[in-house]
Amino acid sequence: MTIIGWVQIALVLGCALLLAVPVGQWLAALANGRLGALAGVDNAVLRAAGVDPARGQGWQAYLMAMLAFHAAGFVLLYAMLRLQGVLPLNPQGFDGIPPYLAFNTAVSFITNTNWQAYSGEAAMSHFSQMAGLAVQNFLSAASGIALAFAVIRAFAAGGVKQLGNFWADISRVTLWLLLPGAIIAGFLFIAMGVPQTLEASATATTLGGAEQVIPFGPVAFQLAIKHFGTNGGGFFGVNSLHPFEGPSALATSLQIILQVVIPFGLCLTFGRIVGDRRQGVALLAVMVGFVLVATLGIYAAEAGGNPLHIAAGVSPLQGNMEGKDLRFGQALAALFTATTTGASCGAVNAMIDSFTPLGGMVPLFLIQLGEVLPGGVGSGLYGILIFALLAVFVAGLMVGRTPEYLGKKVQAREVKLAMLAVLVLPAVILGLTATSLVLPVAIASLQDAGPHGLSEMLYAYTSAAGNNGSAFGGLTADTPWLNVTLAIAMVLGRFAFVIPVLAIAGSLAAKPRTPEGPGTLPTHGPLFIGLLAGVILILGGLQYLPSLALGPIAEHVSMIAGTTF
Amino acid sequence: MQTSAPALFDSAIIRQASLDAVKKLNPARLIRNPVIFTTEIVSILVTLLAIRAAGAGEPYGFQLGVAAWLWMTVLFATFAEAVAEGRGKARAASLRASRGDTMARWVPNPDDLAIVAPRAAAELKRGDHVLVEAGEIIPSDGEVVQGIASVNESAVTGESAPVIREAGGDRSAVTGGTLVVSDRIVVRITAEAGGTFLDRMIAMVEGASRQKTPNEIALDILLAGMTIIFLIAVVTLVGFASYSGSAPSVVVLAALLVTLIPTTIGGLLSAIGIAGMDRLVRFNVLATSGRAVEAAGDVDVLLLDKTGTITFGNRQAAAFIAAPGVTEAEIAEAAVIASLADTTPEGRSILSFAKEKYGIDAPVMPAGARPVPFTAQTRISGMDMPDGAYRKGAVDSLAASLGQPVPTELAAGIDRIARTGATPLAVARDGRILGAIELKDIVKPGIRERFVELRRMGIRTVMVTGDNRLTAAAIAAEAGVDDFIAEAKPQDKLDYIRKQQNEGRLVAMAGDGTNDAPALAQADVGLAMQTGTQAAREAGNMVDLDSDPTKLIEVVAIGKQLLITRGALTTFSIANDVAKYFAILPAIFVTQYPGLAALNVMGLTSPQSAILSAVIFNALIIVALVPLALRGVGYASLGAAALLRRNLLIYGVGGLLAPFVGIKIIDIILTLIGVA
Repeated sequence: MTIIGWVQIALVLGCALLLAVPVGQWLAALANGRLGALAGVDNAVLRAAGVDPARGQGWQAYLMAMLAFHAAGFVLLYAMLRLQGVLPLNPQGFDGIPPYLAFNTAVSFITNTNWQAYSGEAAMSHFSQMAGLAVQNFLSAASGIALAFAVIRAFAAGGVKQLGNFWADISRVTLWLLLPGAIIAGFLFIAMGVPQTLEASATATTLGGAEQVIPFGPVAFQLAIKHFGTNGGGFFGVNSLHPFEGPSALATSLQIILQVVIPFGLCLTFGRIVGDRRQGVALLAVMVGFVLVATLGIYAAEAGGNPLHIAAGVSPLQGNMEGKDLRFGQALAALFTATTTGASCGAVNAMIDSFTPLGGMVPLFLIQLGEVLPGGVGSGLYGILIFALLAVFVAGLMVGRTPEYLGKKVQAREVKLAMLAVLVLPAVILGLTATSLVLPVAIASLQDAGPHGLSEMLYAYTSAAGNNGSAFGGLTADTPWLNVTLAIAMVLGRFAFVIPVLAIAGSLAAKPRTPEGPGTLPTHGPLFIGLLAGVILILGGLQYLPSLALGPIAEHVSMIAGTTF
Repeated sequence: MQTSAPALFDSAIIRQASLDAVKKLNPARLIRNPVIFTTEIVSILVTLLAIRAAGAGEPYGFQLGVAAWLWMTVLFATFAEAVAEGRGKARAASLRASRGDTMARWVPNPDDLAIVAPRAAAELKRGDHVLVEAGEIIPSDGEVVQGIASVNESAVTGESAPVIREAGGDRSAVTGGTLVVSDRIVVRITAEAGGTFLDRMIAMVEGASRQKTPNEIALDILLAGMTIIFLIAVVTLVGFASYSGSAPSVVVLAALLVTLIPTTIGGLLSAIGIAGMDRLVRFNVLATSGRAVEAAGDVDVLLLDKTGTITFGNRQAAAFIAAPGVTEAEIAEAAVIASLADTTPEGRSILSFAKEKYGIDAPVMPAGARPVPFTAQTRISGMDMPDGAYRKGAVDSLAASLGQPVPTELAAGIDRIARTGATPLAVARDGRILGAIELKDIVKPGIRERFVELRRMGIRTVMVTGDNRLTAAAIAAEAGVDDFIAEAKPQDKLDYIRKQQNEGRLVAMAGDGTNDAPALAQADVGLAMQTGTQAAREAGNMVDLDSDPTKLIEVVAIGKQLLITRGALTTFSIANDVAKYFAILPAIFVTQYPGLAALNVMGLTSPQSAILSAVIFNALIIVALVPLALRGVGYASLGAAALLRRNLLIYGVGGLLAPFVGIKIIDIILTLIGVA
């Protein structure tokens, strides 16, 4: 690790935090429907769509609207992918996507996962990329933020049934935050050298005189929303490792900032709307703390290198550079990886498969912790709020009162629903991975034997269930078994989690807010931050220790001992 | 009853509890406790495997050891509950003895006491009238409709000094099982057989009517959820292990599962709840439900009657102020003589205050002294002595009767007294005003400090009084309450409670009169006095057998302690898991990946000793924590932030570290005795 590396990390993270302040403020305005000069246009749009933003929905209605919206999105995207061959803007002449892969991909994009069992430049037409995938990039992100709005309102209100209007929320987030943000970022990326064109490829003559066809397309704007909406689905198969998707260190830094700014900002939005900014800052502190520790973990592991390589003559000063962009080095790769996995983005700018075992374990564990550090846009906030409720419940009794979070009593119903939500990830991740590890048809997809193979499988289901979408690599994912089971993991990870969350929101919204007093458990300040971090680790992480022990940890101790598989 | 509180571990209770612990193994009953139920199922499974191994001639010692300690885990949990119940059962037995089978004298027509018929207490119906005379036991709960009697209520309250019960007013309620010591009364029965106060009390302390409280239910769900999570982790481990080329035995997986699921808090949860009720009972307070005890911990506002709770309730002399040219000793002496014949508590207080402050002994009334009695017309009393005429009375009345104005300097002092809510009495000798006595309601010593404590706990105190605003404000300031309701009518209390509740606060109050009943019923915690009316006793959700309204404060502390104990042991239990992973995971997989020995940070001797040590620790920690569960976690009236910091440090960090030490020690012992 170097000083300059840490300066890079501090600068990028600092910029993200600075930018999170106005973004959080703007999100609060959107949630409250205070659109200022945009109110006229906004009203006209909503009226044209037949939406009355003042008509609130209860949690079931909000949920049904959200589910119906994504069901329609799925049908549309699936059809578009299957019919790609006959649809326009297909300069490469790609055929329709086969059924299993189309199913997997459609699920992947409506759930904000963006797991890619295909290589964009070799399978997707411009039309599929622009009208199919990129559209869902906006909508799945907007839907996550809308859900976060609903949950925030539940905490802020008292004695109400309504959580807001899903249609108004999703429209406002898309029109007034995601679109303008992506447009600005898209132009910035173009300025940095990312292509934006409807042409299929450029033909170049290499120094050796050979002719090379370099595919490209409308990359820049898709790249912008890929990060801004924590989607992560790259235009190219290798994602941000591709020179067109990650042209410079500056572009990489901008991608990092984009993928955390909304999750960070939403914490501050939360604090604003519930009327106590310290509450939002506390959640943000937990997120940033984990990102820093994870970055440190990856950076240290990668800078430390692989003793087997060193024994083979690689300079120990170099660390492990396999699968990383030589121009950016380990610091940016570490921060990028920590934020992309922490934030449920899933874009990659380094091959996690090539990390040292412990360096690869960090992103894996970050996702397993529930994608709340800082988590996807919206989903990170409502996810960490579930942990906050549990933290308050476990420790809150220790101050001698029925636990309360922001004046809302945490009782049997909330605990039941929160446990249901918390159960989803381990059940899906561990259940599907364990099943796949004993099925020959699944094991055939693994590239590596031994514990590294276990990590590849575990990572795939973790990434899918956590709606992250990043790939560890080394796994041949385009098989019927993996396409279907990973899609199931994505659906459950997104929707099976959201249902209890919205039910909690409904229950909390109906409760009166107890005024705060000296006898109330303080939910800001270092003590609570530490408590919340501890609960995330213990309730969110402990159950994965056996699998990690047999995957990355076993690989690490074997590597130390010089054993290879 | 205070005397009958059993020691924490009475040997008779332990014997009984050990038996009950075995009876409680019945899975049909244990299913109410998901964590321990799971443990029992796993224990049965491991036992069967050990038997099978023994039958097949394979080595079975390790399996048997794990099975035995898994059973101990379950037994310790049922034992904890049985001990907590046993303490209540012992008390119930002594209560039941006092109930007996009373024969009552039934009065068909209360207007004609000549006709009475014998009838068994158990056959009395609500609305029946009975005649009870000195030496007889009151057959059931009821209300005195005729007569007055002194009643020994020690069977219920433990207090042997008899109390007066009379028809009408706020002292009309009588309790079945108590003894009439003098006179005779006619009682209208207000409870059905089996539903009397004593019956309810027995059911309560026995835990027969115990239902899970809201917090307990929520905690149970959390524990069940964690059990499922770890069940998933352990079951899927089979797949992970199989891929890795190892096949951990069912016994080892069972050990991992049981050590990971929150058996500690699961085993102690109901004991904590029962012990919390028991603490309240030992404090001579009966709660109608555990829910009420829990609510006590949540209380935000305490509504306290001024009289009897905050102040002694009668005005007492607190100062003498002298007119110009008169010494304080002179006025004190004049006041004493003027009060010689005054037998009211106020009069007595003047004598004792003078003695205390100025060392003036009340003189013997000389012959020829003639007392001047107080009348409502004159509002003056006094004593005509051979050496002069002493008078005391309301300032304006006395000044008017003497026909002279109050000296200006004195008038200022008198004004000051009136402004602070106290009552000034002027004192005159031979037609000359010497000074004034300050009579005031004395705030109970130590009460101010209690209110400071409550404030630190985040609880607001509100004083309720019939006094005017001025008096109320002065006493409120002196006692240090946060707010007061002056000139309060019963409706005002009710309105205040509703208003607080609408703002999301929980309110506790104490009361005894019939007109308190609506407010007692509305309050989240209504502490009725045992001496109060039947209506009040039925409206409240707690009854104080000592009839001491200040106990409300202790009730709150007991409620908080109950919640804290639950939270602390939950945190401890969950934090324990980290160490157990470090014991068991390397033990399971070290043969497959020898490098994993690095995770054996405790340096445990062998895989088998590591697993056995973790299981043994997991069982022993339950029994080690039984005293804490029964006694409750130490509670100090700190603010929430300080309490959380302290308890997180002790039970969170402590829970993280303790098993590392405990498992290591057990491993050392196992190694020494050669089990490992």
